[in-house]
Amino acid sequence: MVTANTEIGYDSKVEGEAIVSRADAVINWIRTNSLWPMPMGLACCAIELMAVGGARFDIARFGAEVMRFSPRQADCMIVAGTVTYKMAPHLRRIYDQMMAPKWVIAMGACASSGGMYRSYATMQGVDRIVPVDVYISGCPPRPEALLDGLIKLQEKIKRDPSTRRLMSA
Amino acid sequence: MSDLLPEMMGRFPTLTERPSSDHPAVNVPAEDLVAVLHYLRDEKGFDHLADLTGIDNGLEASPRFTVVYHVFSTRDHGWVRIAADCPDNAAPAVPSAVSLWPGANWHERECFDMFGIRFEGHPDLRRILMWDGYPHHPLRKDFPLAGIETPLSDAEVAAETGTTAIAAPMAGGPFVAGAGKLNLGEAEPHAKDESWSERHPQPGQPELRQVKE
Repeated sequence: MVTANTEIGYDSKVEGEAIVSRADAVINWIRTNSLWPMPMGLACCAIELMAVGGARFDIARFGAEVMRFSPRQADCMIVAGTVTYKMAPHLRRIYDQMMAPKWVIAMGACASSGGMYRSYATMQGVDRIVPVDVYISGCPPRPEALLDGLIKLQEKIKRDPSTRRLMSA
Repeated sequence: MSDLLPEMMGRFPTLTERPSSDHPAVNVPAEDLVAVLHYLRDEKGFDHLADLTGIDNGLEASPRFTVVYHVFSTRDHGWVRIAADCPDNAAPAVPSAVSLWPGANWHERECFDMFGIRFEGHPDLRRILMWDGYPHHPLRKDFPLAGIETPLSDAEVAAETGTTAIAAPMAGGPFVAGAGKLNLGEAEPHAKDESWSERHPQPGQPELRQVKE
């Protein structure tokens, strides 16, 4: 992301080759700009997700282009589509295999709330089975909306007390 | 094609004509079903089983369940509809057509899943859409559209998350589109009963999830 980073104060004339910062700022900076998404494509939202990966919208601008189809190599699950009750336990098992720290984006109406499927077969929101960090509205959302959700997630990660978590783990 | 029905009825005297607004259609007793399908496939050129589905005629109706076959002839480009009533209302069953058309396999599994109609002689009659162990048959008339609360298929995940397959909040639904409306605003899907919502629940209805003001 091209934003002014106020967390790192560095003046070569004063500090020489040392950089003084907070551990949280460094850890969160690294995590923020290297999210590896797990594309949980279950319905038409996955088509928009593919567009986000393509050249026109280019999720690589935000450092999240390394889509991993193995949950063990991913840290951000993008639930793109309708989650049926038949699929839900599998989705939870995939989530459980991701290594912490990990985040979940509920992309679109179906993943967020069940969407238009008020029926016996559809889970009424994926937050009933995994903890969701960012919800994105739309049916399906525009690629820009997913990028906006990703930026919201990055802002959330930047506020995370990572050092305290690491020390207490 | 026009002489097909009299010919079939001459060959199988148990057949009766079924009211139809498009294609020739017959009612077949379940015990003659495979013989009739076999005759249509091998002697009349109906080589393609296009569809196989079920009908629930209602809780009081007898026979309650009917299985409907649509067969198509790629030679003559004609259709025939065959309907077979299930003799037993409590444990509906008809003979399987998998031996005639291997493609009937998944159709019959779907019909079994949705209606609970058993297909005798099916090589692998398991549910195909709902998960194994699901206790209901969703397209039966006594099954509500919103569903019935049921445990998840994976006991470990269910214990970890405390989640069940809930009856979906209908909030005035089911949602219907206005048929034949030129005005797109009226044609948009809307709830049949719009007098209540998540913020204003209807008395006597189960409480929906809390909505933060």
